[in-house]
Amino acid sequence: MNRIDQRFSELKQQGRKALIPFITAGDPAPRYTLGFMHALVDAGADVLELGVPFSDPMADGPVIQKACERALKAGTRLVDLFDMVAEFRQTNSHTPVVLMGYLNPVERIGYAAFAEQAARAGVDGVLMVDMPPEEADELAPLLKKSGIAAIFLVAPTTSKARAAIICAHGEGYLYYVSLKGVTGSATLNATDVAEHLAPLRELTDLPLCVGFGIRDGQAAAEVAKVADGVIVGSALVNRIAANAATPGAIPDELKRVLGEMRTAMDAGAEG
Amino acid sequence: MTDSATPFSELTQMPDARGHFGPYGGRFVSETLSFALEDLEKTYASLRNDPAFQAEFDRDLAHYVGRPSPLYHAERWSESLGGAQVWLKREDLNHTGAHKVNNTIGQALLAKKSGKPRVIAETGAGQHGVATATVAARLGLECDIYMGAVDVERQKLNVYRMRLLGARVIPVESGTKTLKDAMNEALRDWVTNVDTTFYIIGTVAGPHPYPLLVRDFNSVTGREARVQSLEQIGRLPDALIACVGGGSNAMGLFYPFVEDADVAMYGVEAGGDGLETGRHAAPLSSDAPRGVLHGNRTYLMSDAAGQVSDTHSISAGLDYPGVGPEHALWKDVGRVNYVAANDDAVLEAFRELTLMEGIMPALESSHALAYAKVLAPTMRPDQHIVVNLSGRGDKDIMTVAKLDGIEF
Repeated sequence: MNRIDQRFSELKQQGRKALIPFITAGDPAPRYTLGFMHALVDAGADVLELGVPFSDPMADGPVIQKACERALKAGTRLVDLFDMVAEFRQTNSHTPVVLMGYLNPVERIGYAAFAEQAARAGVDGVLMVDMPPEEADELAPLLKKSGIAAIFLVAPTTSKARAAIICAHGEGYLYYVSLKGVTGSATLNATDVAEHLAPLRELTDLPLCVGFGIRDGQAAAEVAKVADGVIVGSALVNRIAANAATPGAIPDELKRVLGEMRTAMDAGAEG
Repeated sequence: MTDSATPFSELTQMPDARGHFGPYGGRFVSETLSFALEDLEKTYASLRNDPAFQAEFDRDLAHYVGRPSPLYHAERWSESLGGAQVWLKREDLNHTGAHKVNNTIGQALLAKKSGKPRVIAETGAGQHGVATATVAARLGLECDIYMGAVDVERQKLNVYRMRLLGARVIPVESGTKTLKDAMNEALRDWVTNVDTTFYIIGTVAGPHPYPLLVRDFNSVTGREARVQSLEQIGRLPDALIACVGGGSNAMGLFYPFVEDADVAMYGVEAGGDGLETGRHAAPLSSDAPRGVLHGNRTYLMSDAAGQVSDTHSISAGLDYPGVGPEHALWKDVGRVNYVAANDDAVLEAFRELTLMEGIMPALESSHALAYAKVLAPTMRPDQHIVVNLSGRGDKDIMTVAKLDGIEF
């Protein structure tokens, strides 16, 4: 069983919701990422999303754009992420890792080589922001063969017909983009999110995870009431940016921000 | 793949239903935009063969743009080149001064049908921005133009033109601060305001159906050139030349001739300081790898790790690391020869046409002229070349003056 499926099945049994932090790998430099991954797990992460830095992150706001710039300036390449994950796996064999990014670096390596190297490193899921299911007919079967989940986005603008297609192709979990916009923009509206998730429940048994616009414990707790998982990106990357000059301080910062969300989510579930 | 076996007639059947031109094109966008693109695709499919829509488009082209544009025999320049006769398709005489308006007129009609009150666009040299601001003014639409901060600086005149037309020009400070970054930012705007905003893409790139509709709207250039060649030359030309950044003016001229195997075609990319220096914007002629950017798969200048490369060109309108997906296919099947012209040769052609014909070309179009200077002398005087003079050079006067050491 894929680690992602395993994790969500455990969470379901425990009646808990997944907390999924996102950081851009290699920000502020590749050597720090491994430590950040472990810190996030310590603070209660259930799944880790590692952003693949890209020169032209079209779906991202300024926070992730700048994280990409820092990571690229420090020389981070997609192949370095495989090393990071492989090293992470030496001491953590249970936390699922998802690579999230844009298609061009994957095109450059080649789809088959990418799927093979990602699987060997211990990657569990892949989400390419600019690859809807219609364009995934080459990559998705290769990922499947390697035991890697192809994860897709659903947006507030997604029609019911499209949602059905996405649900049919999706694996691991569905990433519901909570608002129209780029990462790190406005704060989401939990009631609105709940209304959009309801029809998706009829289409799929996949866990529904919500990202974009979750900034603090309160927002995380609200979303956790209606979704199966909460994805947090810019709020964490902001802390990396603020402490980029003193990277030694970042693991504790990440633990503090994520830990607050974990506590709020778990308290919300009990209350 | 058996691309090389594709007969040219099959090239008129592109793209397929999913917007693919062979392995290129497609719709590589984040999910939030999918519905808007599906919507645009449906709207355009219903209008593409609608006589009323076509009549409205033709009326605007005739009475607002001033079409048809002349096909002008540059006799004095041809004589000095000592070979083929060079004819200039005068897109520079269009309202707003370039071919770009053909497309913005068409997309503005689509925007009007969509009922969205706001349009956005990306621009490099500013010609597409001006053409968009122009149609927005005419239709009373709110208009925001994204332009790289470097381009805002080197195309000040067009920036002010856009502002006079009521548009907001938003300088883009991210990345390389040129055309590709302007397109990133326009896409970020669109994803945020997709309910109220129509994105007028300026070239034959982007997600399906943009490459198709921009080709359709620009093809008026080639349709006219075909008729004019038959009338004025008495037959089809031997060769066509056009500059290629994203490739919209080249697509417009070439497409109506694509099945005419006897008509050679040359797409001229921005050679910058020279292909060998790496400082250029010539993905096709430098054999860049395939990649995905801005919604389509194409040839894309990128490093071994898949990061998009910095580009360099004297002309802001060609300063782009990718190229329209249909050009990528045409390279593979050998229908068009893609070559590059360096900045130096471009400036020389700019000055030569200005002095010998009294026509000041845009630096973008001067790339096509620079290659005409190479090609014409290899041909006979009874042979004919049509060059797409895609825009006028007024906007580039400051750039050229600066090179001449003149400050205003």
